Amino acid sequence: MSKPAAISPRNRLAGLGEARHLGLVVALVLLAVVGLVTKFDNFATTSNIVSILTLAATIGVITVGATFVIIGGGIDLSVGAVMALASVWATTLATQSYGPWVMMICAVLVGTGAGLVNGLLIAYGRLVPFIATLAMLVAARGLAQRMSDRKTQLIQTDNSAIVDLSTTRLLGIPLLVYIFALVVVLGWVVLNRTTFGRRTYAVGGNPEAARLAGINIRRHTMLLYALSGFCCGIAAILIMARTTTGSSTHGDLYELDAIAAVIIGGTLLTGGRGTIIGSILGLLIFTLITNLFILNGLNTSDQLIAKGLIIVVAVLLQRRNLKERAP
Amino acid sequence: MLVMRGIVKQFPGVRALDGVDLDVEAGEVHCLLGQNGAGKSTLIKVLAGVHQPDEGTIEFNGAQIRASSPIDAIRLGFATIYQELDLVEGLSVAENIFLGHEHARAGWMNRGAANRAAAEVLTRLGHPEIRPKAEVGRLSPAAKQVVSMARALSHDARLIIMDEPSAALAHDEVANLFRIIRELTAQGVAVVYISHRLEEIREIGDRVTVLKDGRTVAVGLPARDTPTSEIVSLMTGRTVEYVFPPRATGSPGDEVLRVEHLTSPGAFADVSFEVRAGEIVGLAGLVGSGRSEIMEAVYGARRATGRVVLDGETLRRGDVVKTVRKGMGLAPEERKAQALLLDQSVTANITLGSLPGFATFGWIDRARERAEARRLVEMLDIRPPDPERPIKTLSGGNQQKAVLARWLLGGRKLLLLDEPTRGVDVGARAELYAVIRGLAEQGIGVLLVSSEVPEVLGLSDRVLVLREGTVIHQGDARELDEHDVLDMIMNGRAA
Repeated sequence: MSKPAAISPRNRLAGLGEARHLGLVVALVLLAVVGLVTKFDNFATTSNIVSILTLAATIGVITVGATFVIIGGGIDLSVGAVMALASVWATTLATQSYGPWVMMICAVLVGTGAGLVNGLLIAYGRLVPFIATLAMLVAARGLAQRMSDRKTQLIQTDNSAIVDLSTTRLLGIPLLVYIFALVVVLGWVVLNRTTFGRRTYAVGGNPEAARLAGINIRRHTMLLYALSGFCCGIAAILIMARTTTGSSTHGDLYELDAIAAVIIGGTLLTGGRGTIIGSILGLLIFTLITNLFILNGLNTSDQLIAKGLIIVVAVLLQRRNLKERAP
Repeated sequence: MLVMRGIVKQFPGVRALDGVDLDVEAGEVHCLLGQNGAGKSTLIKVLAGVHQPDEGTIEFNGAQIRASSPIDAIRLGFATIYQELDLVEGLSVAENIFLGHEHARAGWMNRGAANRAAAEVLTRLGHPEIRPKAEVGRLSPAAKQVVSMARALSHDARLIIMDEPSAALAHDEVANLFRIIRELTAQGVAVVYISHRLEEIREIGDRVTVLKDGRTVAVGLPARDTPTSEIVSLMTGRTVEYVFPPRATGSPGDEVLRVEHLTSPGAFADVSFEVRAGEIVGLAGLVGSGRSEIMEAVYGARRATGRVVLDGETLRRGDVVKTVRKGMGLAPEERKAQALLLDQSVTANITLGSLPGFATFGWIDRARERAEARRLVEMLDIRPPDPERPIKTLSGGNQQKAVLARWLLGGRKLLLLDEPTRGVDVGARAELYAVIRGLAEQGIGVLLVSSEVPEVLGLSDRVLVLREGTVIHQGDARELDEHDVLDMIMNGRAA
């Protein structure tokens, strides 16, 4: 290694300025340029940018939780299904009779509870994360269908306070985007400034070292999945606000988008390395692609192909970076 | 048959082989002797095609060869039975034996033929009771060893390299192993045999080559008649001068660790000793003598019967988290796999074991954390002196200092050091020794394990000598020299 000095703390604070995020920022700018060139009139409008952010908000909150789990060396496939279950549970007639606050608390509790079950199965039942959360994916979706009788549950006008999250705007931006931003900031703080975050890197990067250093890795693993579930609960509130409904079909395949965003953002699937900022940039890239394809009236199938290519290219580029950085 | 000349192999920071010569004749059992780190394992990996030598020549049956991959080595007729068995646990015995050269046509496995051939080889090895269809993961260690041997035989090998093949075997199984070796050599197969047990070498070996510090110090000694003292002298007397810090002059403090009748079946039995504050106690012994396992048991990472008392309190075994909270720290043998967060900064690695001390309600006081890390980096002279640098960019010695620094925080009472200088270049060792002695001077009890006998003797106040899981000697380190200890380890009798 001939690099004279490590990344200075100041630079690290900025995050965006770090070399490892530079590629993502460049990709984002390139996509924006493509948008400007192809559909200037529609792309550069406030309403389009707001719609991109609104679209990104729900998966974005899930992505924050997924980043923790993946840095901690695990995987959570159940996020979309858990969010759907939380949205259904919070919009049953029984829950709705208690008003909007109880509905929101319900969504968060259901999400956290499902995450806790994942965590217990993985940390103490010693199930492989892939299997435990796959089971939760299937089961949570089934439970959501049973509770809702496969019907879409509308939010009653009495509880429109939840819908206000998407309709009320502050400085032209819906409240739910602020919630998304708040979750991202909190996620960043927890990951970078607390013992919990530091231990997440340790548990994912070298579980043996973490254990020998006296960290309770089982309890930590359990908490990581509970955190992911908690984020799914928040995401359920956002999707209820956006669609005015709770439904067992919400969040289909969100797990794939969330995991893809995390990977594009430079987090290793093997754990121990990654950033919240990277994940969010990865997610914005994905959302921007969707937006560009829609604006240009292109086929959704082509959009999927483009996303697949981006995942592969991103990982190949990162691997080259890793090699260069190795001592 | 095999002639190696001037083999040199350089690894980052270490010259593992520094001019090794080896002559092996057809039909002989050629024993390779040397202390841990003398280069035996590297040498056989060169033969097996795992490592490519940087310099030197290898001739086989008169022709110069170059094994640039394990496949090349196998094609040449070299088969290796490694110390750590390289079997695929989920596959059957027959599948393991013929892995890489299956009985197959166009990719379609002929399982009947493979099972029959496997049964034939196993019978030849005297183990017809091992079923070819059995899953390898369910076999005993000794049976696995036989499967590994069967794999070597299935290749029609001309040269078989055995790295401590008897380590996992019981006494009567060793006799069986020797019978097989004699059969092989009668057919003209050459065997390179590595073992630490002198009595085995006397029994099965024809000639002996001794390695020390990556060099050949004796070639082709007669295995039966060379006196033990001559062999031990050849292995000892390191060319490298070790500089050890002076021992503490005052008497050691209160007892911090007491181990009573610690027993783990198959690893060690009835081990008792104590460590006092400010004292360094060393465990000397070979790989497999139980020294690392004892350390793991003390730390609570391995189940064992008996009692471990830390500072007057009996520890619950199997609970590492509690053990750390009570004030024990471990610098494990596999630094990279067990101690370091390679992607993280030096600071994060140092504070990993004492994070709650830097946090209020989970919030890390980064300024204080950095200041502490900087203080330790300066105190232990970790270079480069930049706590924010990723730890993987540091040399082995400096990484190890960071691991030691981790346990300087948070008021440790006892520190366990497992091979603290592994992978650390010679120049940096003296510094590490000084750091370790400095730890003891602060009143920490230190339990040290090292395969380097001079290191254990030079650094410790008291020494326990281990052989095959039992303590055969316990006493003042100053009263022993390397020669005594090796003699005890190899011949199994106390001095």
